[in-house]
Amino acid sequence: MAKLLKHGPFVILAVVAAIGLSIVAGNRGEEVSALWIVFAAASIYVIAYRYYSKFIADRVMKLDAGRVTPAVRLTDGLDYVPTNKYVLFGHHFAAIAGAGPLVGPVLAAQMGYLPGLLWLVTGVVLGGAVQDFTILFISMRRDGRSLGELIRSELGVVPGLIALFGAFIIMVILLAVLALIVVKALADSPWGTFTVAATIPIALFMGVYARFIRPGKIGEVSVIGLVLLMLAIVFGKNVAADPTLAALFTLTATQLCWSLIVYGFVAAVLPVWLLLAPRDYLSTFLKIGAIVSLAIGIVFLAPSLKMPAVSVFVDGTGPVWKGTLFPFLFITIACGAVSGFHSLISSGTTPKLLANELDARFVGYGAMLMESFVAVMALVAASILEPGIYFTMNSPPAVVGTTAESASLAVGKMGFPISAETITETALEVGETTIISRTGGAPTLAVGMAHVFAGALGGKGMKAFWYHFAILFEALFILTAVDAGTRAGRFMLQDLIGTVVPSFRATSSWVPAITATGIVVGLWGFFLYQGVTDPLGGINTLWPLFGMANQMLAAIALTLATVVFFKMKRERYAWITAVPTVWLVLCTMSAGLAKLFSDDPAIGFNAHARRFGAALERGEILAPAKSLEQMSQVVANDHINAVMCLVFMAVVVAIVGFGIRASLRALRAERWTAIELPLAVPE
Amino acid sequence: MKLLALVRDGLRLMVGVPSYQTYVDHMRQKHPDRAAMSYPEFVRDRQLARFGGKGSPRCC
Repeated sequence: MAKLLKHGPFVILAVVAAIGLSIVAGNRGEEVSALWIVFAAASIYVIAYRYYSKFIADRVMKLDAGRVTPAVRLTDGLDYVPTNKYVLFGHHFAAIAGAGPLVGPVLAAQMGYLPGLLWLVTGVVLGGAVQDFTILFISMRRDGRSLGELIRSELGVVPGLIALFGAFIIMVILLAVLALIVVKALADSPWGTFTVAATIPIALFMGVYARFIRPGKIGEVSVIGLVLLMLAIVFGKNVAADPTLAALFTLTATQLCWSLIVYGFVAAVLPVWLLLAPRDYLSTFLKIGAIVSLAIGIVFLAPSLKMPAVSVFVDGTGPVWKGTLFPFLFITIACGAVSGFHSLISSGTTPKLLANELDARFVGYGAMLMESFVAVMALVAASILEPGIYFTMNSPPAVVGTTAESASLAVGKMGFPISAETITETALEVGETTIISRTGGAPTLAVGMAHVFAGALGGKGMKAFWYHFAILFEALFILTAVDAGTRAGRFMLQDLIGTVVPSFRATSSWVPAITATGIVVGLWGFFLYQGVTDPLGGINTLWPLFGMANQMLAAIALTLATVVFFKMKRERYAWITAVPTVWLVLCTMSAGLAKLFSDDPAIGFNAHARRFGAALERGEILAPAKSLEQMSQVVANDHINAVMCLVFMAVVVAIVGFGIRASLRALRAERWTAIELPLAVPE
Repeated sequence: MKLLALVRDGLRLMVGVPSYQTYVDHMRQKHPDRAAMSYPEFVRDRQLARFGGKGSPRCC
């Protein structure tokens, strides 16, 4: 009886999940409620948390409630603070959830919602949440040390450096792709550009307010800032309607690109309190608010799915991005399933705040499940749109042209009929001049969110407001990430260069700081510019690179975890991290090989370079290049991207190699060899 | 009331500011000889720690 009470509720959840999945998977054209996806995913998360994470905590890690955590042992009230687990969950979740889980699933929806859904759910349960949890555990047992330091101490100095270098590259690609999403969302949109631009003076005002007028009043200044933001969205409509103002805020993609590069540099050298910290308040609170509202909105509205469960584009010919289901779906959706970047956060501030070892399960595994849930909601938001609208928005101009008629024709040919009137009307509804080829995921998500919010609150008349609210919410936290990321990248670079030139490490000195900031901005600016000027929309090239970089970092983190389990003499459980490592290595390596050697110019960088190179030799100019110089630029970009791909693959191979070596050594050792702090007493 | 305090602490920690009361209590107990930072100083210290290279980067 006790057993029944203990496990019964989970059996019921399993039944709910099975029914939900079979309904959404069996969907053959009839209207199916998106709630089934939400229920199925949530049930699976609860079951996985209850059983799998408990298994890992009790059997594999043997979390010990009696063992003193760094937060308790080193407590200083600042970095090391024993923290309530719910408070810490919020902190950790806010740090891991960003634009990634919102954008990836939207892009992946071109294959239908089912492949993305299945990968999100299995990926997080067996891979992503395991990674976050194990890295948090490993760092917690070592005074909250960072990933680079952990790899150095458990695998060696060289792998530690390689991992640092890998983390730096992923940072650069991440910043470029995030900035590209903003550019794509704001190009030729005076309303959007105005509201996002308005966040800068609002943040500056907040910074001054919280520093001099009412020092330290975070809540108060955030409320003032949020009210000003809402006013900016409302007023944005007038900006878009006024010819002079609209002209002022209508920027082309290239102009936006340069503005972002200049902004990124200036913001990264300004004092933290002036711009970055207040922006951080706004974006964090808006992010949490918008995510919670989206969840409530979806449950309240229970919209039906319009996208097919599996679309024809699983064969790799989709317009949004090229490539077959394996490996490219698993590269496209990184955040929400497995995100290597989280290993930097799980070994950052969070392990220093755990009051009790047992909390690591709730915070590490639980928060990642939550992020996956956010990704599922993004998938839902993209799948409740008419597929015709989805493909109109996400196909590059080379495919759908620039007019409603050409888009209607092209998307109709894909098998998703949509009238030119509907396209024009949808643009009008959300207060934009056009929705054609608004790639990058953010605008699509914004239309989906506007649909949900307007359905729940305000009706059609409010759609334009909600659309720009959603755009602002995404752009705001992306810009905060760009700003904070440039700073973080600068410190990483100073650290890396500092291993050769020690004086470069001085973080308070101006010359290294400006130089390192300039290099970081230059690097992501380069990839951003390349993406902005890319005829295929840029997202096509950059997003797979970002996905690969992210999965590469995940493979590194999971390799570390596997090695640590071997060193703890728990090799019989090492599969919990070894299996996802093998899977990620398979994905990154096959995607990398395809990117290098595919004969299809839409997939392979080298094939693309050959096509443009051959044309260049004949003196021909291929669209979108407009001159021979641009042609050679395209070829050079292809080569750089190919080199990036090679670097990712080399990093993965090297780390896995070091990992296998360290594991074998640990296997041969007679006892525990993991280096815990304070030095662990072997069992 | 307790729930409200949890929400407030949670929101603050999301932007990198831990509980000030905990910090003051810690200073009073362990370092009675040293003056604790005032609340505005505390917030500024945490801001610098969050973005000054020691904090963890935020995610994608």
